[in-house]
Amino acid sequence: MHEMAIAESVVRIAGQHANGRRVTKVYLKVGHLRQVVPSALTFGFELVAQGTPIEGAELALEQIPALGRCRACGVESRLPGFPLQCRECGGFDLEIVEGEELYVESLEMEE
Amino acid sequence: MHRTAVKQIVMEGVLDANDALAQANRERFDGAGNYVINMMSSPGAGKTALLERTLERLRGKLCLGILEGDVQTTLDADRLARFHVPLVQVNTDPGFGGECHLDANMVRSGLSELPLPEIDVLVIENVGNLVCPAEFKVGEDVRVMVYSVTEGEEKPLKYPLMFRSADLVLVNKVDLLEHLDFDLEQFLGNLDAVNPGVERILTSARTGQGVEEWCSWLEHRRG
Repeated sequence: MHEMAIAESVVRIAGQHANGRRVTKVYLKVGHLRQVVPSALTFGFELVAQGTPIEGAELALEQIPALGRCRACGVESRLPGFPLQCRECGGFDLEIVEGEELYVESLEMEE
Repeated sequence: MHRTAVKQIVMEGVLDANDALAQANRERFDGAGNYVINMMSSPGAGKTALLERTLERLRGKLCLGILEGDVQTTLDADRLARFHVPLVQVNTDPGFGGECHLDANMVRSGLSELPLPEIDVLVIENVGNLVCPAEFKVGEDVRVMVYSVTEGEEKPLKYPLMFRSADLVLVNKVDLLEHLDFDLEQFLGNLDAVNPGVERILTSARTGQGVEEWCSWLEHRRG
């Protein structure tokens, strides 16, 4: 659902940076905690890109697993699911280090 | 014609544009002295009914303003009109891709219809949806989620994005608990699994249970 709005933003950002050049590939980083469904985002991207310089571009979507640092013991844990919990001491008070990303990293274009 | 592929670094947050507009809204709210609540839930959880009880309770104490977000219709705004409070309806229908939530720009578009300096607390009633509204800041001070006990115990685990972003969860329709298989303890356990220790108040818009506690929370948080 929110994939459509995200796709719209991605196409807008790519269009601004492309400045009229044809875009062939858009590299996007998406943290696991963003709850983005890749197939829905790819579908939305193709749809929204139609009729823009981004049309036909490939969406290279890299998902970033969640990583948290325990505020109690300082140990970092991979966080495959909920609850987000420290693997060392079992604490729940974690600072999210990775997994909340949502940004356009780069574009490939034809010069 | 020979074409060369070039790579350009962008490093731009997908929601940066929205976040900048949300920040501008926030500055406008701060300037007018508004405490702003972003109220979110599934469709039918009881946001509007709770707002009706809230308006009854706080009448004469605080001036509430309402920004009502819906995909279509003014039905919710019509329900609240009898309270004669500043109220604006924002329909999200024209925005392609933006129909399922309010974003900062849609909220901004509604603000010119509201007398902000007269308002103590502005409640932004978001579009009923358990996913999308959580991604879009609108300039709020606090996020209040309404969750009804008819929605099942497992939803915090299925929709962690919104449950994680809430500052307060109003667990609504508790008058129905005796008729349901809903396991309240299990639900609260799931809630703590995604948002440990988040504040929660059991409410019933129908009987008025918890409405006083919610209004006290609101007055206290506003400071």
